[in-house]
Amino acid sequence: MTDQNELYQQVILEHNKKPRNFKKLEKPTHMAEGYNPLCGDHLMVYLNLNKDNTIEDVTFEGDGCAISKASASMMTMTLKGKSVDEANKLFEEFHQLVTGNLNPDKDKNILGKLAIFSNVWHFPARVKCASLCWHTMKGALDKKKSISTE
Amino acid sequence: MNKKNVSQIRKDFPNLHVKVHGKPLVYLDNAATTLKPNVVIDAITNHYKTTTANIHRGVHYLSEKATADFEVTRNKIKALINAKSSAEIIFTRGTTESINLVSNSYGRTFLKKGDEILISEMEHHSNIVPWQMLCQEKGCILRIIPFTDSGELDLNAFTKLLTPKIKFISIVYISNSLGTINPVKTMIARAHQLGIPVLVDAAQAIAHLPIDVQELDCDFLVFSGHKMYGPTGVGVLYGKTELLNKMPPYQGGGDMISSVTFEKTTYNVLPHKFEAGTPNIADVIGLAAAIDYIQKLGWDYIEKHDQELLDYGTKALNKISQLRLIGTAKQKSAVLSFVLPQIHPHDLGTLVDQDGIAIRTGHHCTQPVMKHFGVPATARASFAIYNTKEEIDKLVQSIEKAKKIFK
Repeated sequence: MTDQNELYQQVILEHNKKPRNFKKLEKPTHMAEGYNPLCGDHLMVYLNLNKDNTIEDVTFEGDGCAISKASASMMTMTLKGKSVDEANKLFEEFHQLVTGNLNPDKDKNILGKLAIFSNVWHFPARVKCASLCWHTMKGALDKKKSISTE
Repeated sequence: MNKKNVSQIRKDFPNLHVKVHGKPLVYLDNAATTLKPNVVIDAITNHYKTTTANIHRGVHYLSEKATADFEVTRNKIKALINAKSSAEIIFTRGTTESINLVSNSYGRTFLKKGDEILISEMEHHSNIVPWQMLCQEKGCILRIIPFTDSGELDLNAFTKLLTPKIKFISIVYISNSLGTINPVKTMIARAHQLGIPVLVDAAQAIAHLPIDVQELDCDFLVFSGHKMYGPTGVGVLYGKTELLNKMPPYQGGGDMISSVTFEKTTYNVLPHKFEAGTPNIADVIGLAAAIDYIQKLGWDYIEKHDQELLDYGTKALNKISQLRLIGTAKQKSAVLSFVLPQIHPHDLGTLVDQDGIAIRTGHHCTQPVMKHFGVPATARASFAIYNTKEEIDKLVQSIEKAKKIFK
């Protein structure tokens, strides 16, 4: 049985309380709005890419549950300094992780600290909470203005 | 009257006795749907096992038996809400379809450009969107009765909005997200002074208080079977005969006709005019068992139990520091919506679920209500005839536990 403490681990609670990179970027090269109509989670993701397609800065703003806030906070920390290709790879791997198709202990991956979200797939109603920021980030890179999880 | 206590009632509901995450289920999501007693489950099973047939068609035994059982439910609903005639009881798929039937049939026929439709700020999306769709199509204007911060309809605003331009009113009896019991009888009387028809959304009210449509004098009343201990997929539209008679059919098909040629079709009489196609026979038959169950229990028990749980639950939740109740109307049913500053409702929902407690979290299909209170979502505990004070204590303990995790 998966117990709640495996979902609400200290790292997640801490990022919820003090989300990193929780601010607006003044002149982002890329940005998108993410919305989950089911629960009302709502966030903006801002990115600054340099000429080499490296993510120089990434921030977010918005309202949501602990899972969505912590996920966005940890996403921004992970993505800083990464290339767009790496960001896309992380997007794919994170998606596999939270849908239970990637076991971070067995399968090769570049998720690093994000592996902490591996329990989310036990909570099907919460998968979208964890993945909203990633879909929004991907939407920003793909130049889509607004992303809905529905 | 068959006097029962809550422990006896709980024995009638098999779903109450399952374990969730290894803990006994505490089911506090009754405003979403209620659990079903054995008599309802048995009635549905018995129909499928012994009387399966299509209705209003065959001359064979099974068809006649199924038709008779189906019509028994109609008569029981007529008695339950004190309609003048069973022809005023139309079966639908649920509250939502009942409202859509009225907005499509009555609305598209009798409302025209510039007419105003009045609803309230606390409506469920199912009593907003059909009217918006009608407004878009016909050029009507949607007007909104606001509510106060305690969650009571602002009757002064209602008075101001009530002009001869209003051609239809559709209001909720008991709010699913706030628990407010609205003074619909008074509002209907005021509307009728101007000749405005009124639809009452009784989805939440039907299992919580006795309803007499003749006393209310509502023109339409809608509700679902599954929020009154009956099956999903069956609902009711009550309408006054004179209104239903002048409305065109909502859907065409079998059963709703008297005769069909390629030149001309004559529609059937009420209620069949509005019941095209094979209805949800088994669940309509199951609904009769739910009505019997409610009536055996009696409104005295139901209303008293509802108010006891409301009082106990309100006091218990108010003791939790920083918890804010959303919806504190004087006239309320046992619905407790609340927020905590440090825990998002979805996190709380997941945490209490781990203790076997089912509550609803989200906007409850009432986004304008969330907007009014400036919250994206709330947690909601809603109660039924089988809930206990001990279950409220368990909820409180579980919330306190969640607060420790989120300290």
